[in-house]
Amino acid sequence: MNTVPYLVAGWIFLVGCYGLATSRHLVHAVGCLTVCQSSTYVLLLAVGYRDGGTAPVFSDVTPGSRPLVDPVVQALALTDVVVGATVTALLLALVMQVAKRHGTVNPDELSELRG
Amino acid sequence: MSRRMRMWVLATGGLAVAVLLVAGYARLPHFGGAVHPYGERAVSAALARHTANVISSVNFDLRAFDTLGEETILFGAVLGTVVLLRQTRDEREVPPAPAEVAPPVRRYALIMLPVALLTGLYVVAHGQLSPGGGFQGGVVVATALHLLYIGADYRALEKIRPVGTYEVGDAAGEAAYLVLGVAGLLGGSAFLANTLLPYGTFNTLASGGTVPLLNAAVGMEVACAVVVLLARFLDQAVEIEEDNGSAMGKES
Repeated sequence: MNTVPYLVAGWIFLVGCYGLATSRHLVHAVGCLTVCQSSTYVLLLAVGYRDGGTAPVFSDVTPGSRPLVDPVVQALALTDVVVGATVTALLLALVMQVAKRHGTVNPDELSELRG
Repeated sequence: MSRRMRMWVLATGGLAVAVLLVAGYARLPHFGGAVHPYGERAVSAALARHTANVISSVNFDLRAFDTLGEETILFGAVLGTVVLLRQTRDEREVPPAPAEVAPPVRRYALIMLPVALLTGLYVVAHGQLSPGGGFQGGVVVATALHLLYIGADYRALEKIRPVGTYEVGDAAGEAAYLVLGVAGLLGGSAFLANTLLPYGTFNTLASGGTVPLLNAAVGMEVACAVVVLLARFLDQAVEIEEDNGSAMGKES
């Protein structure tokens, strides 16, 4: 039972990969990439969890009174979310350009060269 | 590659990755275990520097240099989006028509706008004390402004959102972070080192040395960046249209 959260992270990653490979729409593909990325949140937070732990914030917890979950991985997950959101925006902007230039957003129909 | 072939390649690769992942997970420390050496060191470092929110301490003090890199990714992604979503020669800008909004929607959006804006600013300002910080609060501030689009219409939003100003704000936030880093260097220690300011009283607004300042710089950058990003996408959806008239004129 101890490895279930880790396995969930791996499963989310592989589901995202499946979606990416079988995608018929670029917006759907960008969504799948986000799914892949969210597996890292699950993995990071699972690595940092401690039984009975609370949030590592001392605004209302006296230091030393309770076990804390690992703040380092939480900071990494925060970083991950921000970068993921902006990179998704950049990818969606690329999808809009592809749609305008090629008139299709099906990756299978985008193999031809143009220009 | 045919679809069938692709599925085979995917299944093989996926299976191999799954086996590697499971083999790796089996040797990870147990879920919920008590040993977190980095976490414990981060907590004691945060307490030593009077920062109540350990995650902010990690982001803006211990790993401040990495946060600079992350901020730069954010800045680069916004820049890329702005460049990609420019108005091209064969497009024209159509002034958006005033839209009819249902009165309850208008009422609640306009009531929620100041509340959401204040919440966002609160989350940014208290980043060193309670959950939140520049990244989260910045997004709340930026989305709060867009309640005006839901409550009124696009023209009202454009009045309170001169995109140029927010682009400058985005750059200023990034620059402020760098300047604070250089200030640490000139102050006698290292780039982005938290040795410049007194650490203050634990669990008060001015505690944590440079953490609140870096936090505010990030909050400003994220808020401006999200406004600029949304503005570019909304412009595409609302204002910019393909210029069919002149394109046909050229052909004939």
